[in-house]
Formats: sequence, C-alpha cells, structure tokens
Amino acid sequence: MTISPPPLPHSPAVYLDHAATTPMLPVAVEVMSKALGGVGNPNSLHASGRAARRVVEESREAIAQALGCRPGEVVFTSGGTESDNLALKGLFWARRAEDPRRMRILTTAVEHHAVLDPLEWLEHHEGATIEMLPVDHYGRLDVAALRDSLARDPESVALVSVMWANNEVGTVQPIGEVVAAAAEYGVPVHSDAVQAVGALPLDFAASGVDALSLAGHKCGGPFGTGALIVRREQKVSALIHGGGQEREIRSGTLDTPAIAGFAAAVAESVARQPEHAARIAALRDDLIRRVQHVVPEAIANGHPTDRLPGVAHLKFPGCEGDSLLMLLDARGIECSTGSACSAGVPQPSHVLLAMGCSPEFARSSLRFSLGHTSTQSDVDALVEAIGPVVERARSSLLKSR
Amino acid sequence: MRVLAAMSGGVDSAVAAARAVEAGHEVTGVHLALSRNPQTYRSGARGCCTIEDANDARRAADIIGIPFYVWDLSERFHADVVTDFLDEYSAGRTPNPCLRCNEKIKFEAVLDRALGLGFDAVATGHYAQLHRGADGLWELHRSLDAGKDQSYVLGVLTQEQLAHSLFPLGDTPKPEVRLEAARRGLLVADKPDSHDICFISDGDTAGWLREKLGDRAPHASGEIVDEVTGEVVGNHQGSYAFTIGQRRGLRLGRPAADGKPRFVLDIEPVSGTVTVGPRERLAVHRLAGIRPLWCGTLPPAEFAATVQLRAHGQEHRAVVRVTSESFPPATFPTDAPAVEPAVEVELLDPAYGIAPGQAVVIYDGTRVVGSATISSTERMS
Repeated sequence: MTISPPPLPHSPAVYLDHAATTPMLPVAVEVMSKALGGVGNPNSLHASGRAARRVVEESREAIAQALGCRPGEVVFTSGGTESDNLALKGLFWARRAEDPRRMRILTTAVEHHAVLDPLEWLEHHEGATIEMLPVDHYGRLDVAALRDSLARDPESVALVSVMWANNEVGTVQPIGEVVAAAAEYGVPVHSDAVQAVGALPLDFAASGVDALSLAGHKCGGPFGTGALIVRREQKVSALIHGGGQEREIRSGTLDTPAIAGFAAAVAESVARQPEHAARIAALRDDLIRRVQHVVPEAIANGHPTDRLPGVAHLKFPGCEGDSLLMLLDARGIECSTGSACSAGVPQPSHVLLAMGCSPEFARSSLRFSLGHTSTQSDVDALVEAIGPVVERARSSLLKSR
Repeated sequence: MRVLAAMSGGVDSAVAAARAVEAGHEVTGVHLALSRNPQTYRSGARGCCTIEDANDARRAADIIGIPFYVWDLSERFHADVVTDFLDEYSAGRTPNPCLRCNEKIKFEAVLDRALGLGFDAVATGHYAQLHRGADGLWELHRSLDAGKDQSYVLGVLTQEQLAHSLFPLGDTPKPEVRLEAARRGLLVADKPDSHDICFISDGDTAGWLREKLGDRAPHASGEIVDEVTGEVVGNHQGSYAFTIGQRRGLRLGRPAADGKPRFVLDIEPVSGTVTVGPRERLAVHRLAGIRPLWCGTLPPAEFAATVQLRAHGQEHRAVVRVTSESFPPATFPTDAPAVEPAVEVELLDPAYGIAPGQAVVIYDGTRVVGSATISSTERMS
C-alpha cells in the first residue's frame, strides 16, 4: 500500500489553535529538511557518526543557550508527554531509592493529562500518595496550601510538580514561589513548560526548578521531539533502557534531523519572544474585546494579566462548546473546546472544574490560541462569524432540551 | 440540503453517508458516543460503541470526504435507554432498547440538535424506505430487502421526525451495499453486522441485569410454577433473567407430568413468580398496547392490518382497534392517567413468546401505520 494522503493544509483559513500545535517555523523546516537526506548514527565512531553527533550536540548547546541551562542538562525525548513521564516517574523512583519515606507527590489539579495520568499510575502501581493542591478561580495555585502541605511532613515529599502555564486557560503559575517553598526542604520541583517556550521569558537556572518539560511542536519545531531539562546533580531513574544514550536516562538512537529542527525552533522562538509575545497579546486582547462586544455575555476565563499571551479562553453562556466549534469549523475557523482528546469525545475540562466552574460552564467554553502565523485578519474573521454562530448554537441547545 | 449523517462505524451508515453526498447534499458525519466507558476494541457482534468503531466511522468520513465529529450522547443514552431498559426488566417487561434509542436519541436528541444547528435532515443506514404520499405526508415503508428490513425499529417515528429523515439504503439489498462499500474503498466493507444490544458488552443480558439490578429488583428470587398442575416446580435467582417464550435455562428438576417441554408463560412483577407451561399455552390471540404513535394521520377506529411483534419477526394478520382506554385495564404504568390512548390488536394468526414491553408495529401492506408498546396479552384458553 502506498501512503499518499492529501497534503496537510499549510495555512487553514483561520487557524486559532496554536496551543494544540503551531506550524513549524521556516528555519526549522529548512534545517530539518537539510539533515533528512543524510546518514550517520550519532553514536557511531566514524566520520558520518561524528557529523551526526556534531549536529545533535550543537542542537543541545543551542537549546541550552536559549533556555539558560548547561548542555549536559538537556535530555532529548519524543515530546512533552514523555518528558513529563520521565520527570515524574524518574524523579519519584530516584528520590524514593534514596529514602523510602518519600512517597508524596504534590501537584495541582489543573495539570495536563501528561502529568496527571502518570501520577495516577504511580499512585496505583507504586503506592505513591498524590496531593492535588487547590487553585483559585483563575486556575492559580494556592501557594499557602503548598507550604502547609510541605511543612506537614517534608521528609515524605518526593517531588513537587507545577506547570509553568496552563494549556487551557493560559494562567501562569507562581513558579518562583513554588521553588522557594520547596527549596526550604530540599524538595525538587518539576515544571511542565510545554506552553511557555517562546511565549514567556524562560531561564532554567534562574528559575531554580530542577526539571523542565519541553515539546518541539508547540514552539515551531517538529512533532515527536522534546526534551527534559534536568539539573546535573539531580538523579533520575530511566524509563527506557537500551544503548545508554542521554546520560543513560533515555536510551534510543537520537533522531538527528528532528533534533536539529527542534533546536532551531527553540532558538528562534526564544530570540523572538519579547516582540512575539507583545504582538500576539495585543491581537488576543483585541479578540476578547471585540468578541465581547458582539456577544456581551461572553466571559473570559483565566488570569486577567498573568496569562499566556496567545490564549483567549471564553465562556459562551447557553451554548455548547462543541456546537460552536463545529459551526466555526464549517466557516473555516479552527479552535478548541479544551485539550484535544484521543476518542474525540468532549469531556468537561478538569481544569475548569478545578477552578470551581460547573460542568455546564465548562462545556460552554472555547479556547482560541494565537501564534506566530496569526494576523489581524484572523481576529477579524472570528469577530465577524461569532455572532451568528453563537445565536445558532444557543437555539440548538434550547431545541434539544 | 444540509444533512447530518449518523455514522456508527459500520458499513451501512458509511454507504448511506456516501450516497447522501452523491445525491448532492452537503453532508457532515457524526459518530454518537453512547457509552460512558467506551471499550477500546470491538468484541462479539456489537458495532457502534467502542473507540475502534468511532475510528472506523472517522476513516469512512475521510474517504467519503466529509467533516466528522463525535457527539457525546452518553448521558442522554444512559437516562433514556439504559435506565429505561433496567426499569422495564425490573417490572417484568421485555423492552426493545433499539426502538427506544431511535425514538429518544437518534431521531430526537440528535435530530433536534441537528435542526438547531442548521441541518435539514439526519441520514442513517437503516433499511427502510420513505415515500411521499398523495396527501403530501411522508410514508415509512419496509425496505426492498425483506431480510434486512428495519422499519420495525423505526415504527416509533412521527411525521415530524420522518420529514427530517433520510434512509438512503432502503431500496438496496445488503449484499449490494457491501459491494458498493468495497467499490468506494470503504475499509468497513467486510465488517460483520451488529445485532446484539450495544451496551451489554459480552452479550450476557441476564448476567448484566443481575449485576446492574442486584438486590434492587423486588423479585431477586422467586418460585417457578407450572400452570397446568399449579405446582411449584423450581426456584429462580431473579425473574429478570426470564423472557416470555423462553425454554432454555429454566433448570426445572424433573420433566412435567405430561412430558411436554416447558416455556415461560408469564412473569409476575410483584411476587416474582415465573409461570411455565407447554408451548401451546404461549399462543397469543389478542393484545393491548399503550403509548400509540402514528406515523401519519390518526387511523380509523377499527381497521384490518398486519402487525410485527419483534425485530425481524414475522407478520401477523390482525384487526386493530384504536381505543381511548387500555384493554384489559392495564396494571401499569401505575402513574398513568385513567384514560389514555391505546390500541387493541386481535391476531388472526396466533403469535408465540410475546411479552409486555415489546413493541407492536402496525403495517398497511409495506407502509408503517404506527406502533404501540404491548401492555398485556391474552392467551388462548
């Protein structure tokens, strides 16, 4: 069977789902394409192997430079989910091996499923105790609750995991305060920063976190790439065993072309971060203001200021989010009802529920997320479509009740 | 027209969607997620409720070239179909969940939502035909392929629902639909037909009912009484495990005095007593129905018709009377108003194994006149 699917759209009419995935940056496409035809296993000893290894190591150095860590702290993975799994299981096992009392993991109820599900697994299979710390109605961690939980029995805490910024509502977490609280007891902190690269200022060393998850395709790099940045002093048990690559934490032949594309995207998106963030935040604010002008009942979710610059999460009372999505999709406008789900069945978002929203509230929300290809005309198109779409979705819900 | 194609992941609904596109409609595919805990893979002869089925539907939509979404109707389905199924069994009746699903989910919840969203009709892969009568009303007819006819499970649809329905497969025999699916490159062309109850994953209805009802059933155990002798011939662990007309699994200790095999004749919902007797005692010649639904105009007070009493069951010649009271006075539903529309059906050919709760669908030739839920039966004396 020959595989010849129709080409993916390069520029869908109006793409407002950059938090799900963002188009590859041209520089990343160029670097990766150049490397694709080449040969050489970075672990081979001959000239081709050395050339491939050079690409990998220069990529590692570029990422280290962009994100304020040392090259040796970058562990390449297959993406954000693997990085989160490696951080949580790897840190838990390593910390417990040092002291069997360390069975507690402190986290928030608004983490991505790539964090929540490995934690649930650790609870069921390894006897870990998972403490879900409360968040306020913006989705921001209650740091006092974290301090209390740490102080109650610090010896029993294996690690703390708090995301850098939320993928659904965009709220940025007070990572500095989290690190300060955990540092008092020498407890390591992991943070899922998948949404933050290129969107917010990010400096690994300055932040004081011990492990940071990244994903290539969220910052203009290729799918199937990611990294866990983990402090050199921090022990991490491996999930994948084999050839001993990546500090023996993550075995497997490295995907040289993809890593080159990933590094190019990280370097470029981080270099452009200040002007990029300012530009899309202005677009995002314009989007919210004008949508609310057309639909005055629409309510913006998430923190009003400490928020990812590209995320607008709106509740449309009396509408079902998936009806809105379908109606917008039919008009060429692409957005999301929350994080994408493999079965395609929309569940009320656990993030909104944790923020104290009712399931009905959660079901009537949409996420519009802007990125490097977003323009004013995208916002204009949405503003033009949203009125009739909301009216239609509202009448549908009334009719089917 | 703007058409919403309900796609189960099976071959029929896939070809129905493709035909709707070919007929010039603007088609959107929707898979209905009905299970609250969908299983990953299909097992047995169910064909709609696993993630694998949703993926099959998605792939069919890709090949047909239409947008595709999954609609979560699991809560509505649980409330309107699964809970009703349990309640009916608890009360000693035998419901047909597929009819209920068509009435409440596909042609109510889904159709209403589709109309609200700006669609004109819902298309499904049911084998039935729609014709417009001389009076301008829509008529539901049996499919050309008599062996596949599904007009019985659509017998609950009203004129309003029929006016917004499309059954593109009604004029085609099933083997041709499979060939057409293969010709269109649909990967589900060879997928087996589904015929079990979709929400009972292992096909063990009695076991599923036992698990779900447990002690909630007021008749979790009871006696088995032989109608001929009046003797208690056994005990059972839950009358919901029995259906009228059932022969297997009675676990009667010894053969009946007359040497004839025993069948379930009756289930008493309050005491839990299950009555058994010889086959000839199963013959029903008259039945009463409640909740009549007419596809078109109200029929005359009395008319000759044919009736079908179960999916893929045979036709029986009958005389149907439309009454305003139940006949004989129904013992249920207990909260029903004293006077309610009802039908009385006199069967000219006896029917066997007919249980309250089943639907009687009334036909005039190939045309569906309407349906009712059987409330009581009268056996030959």
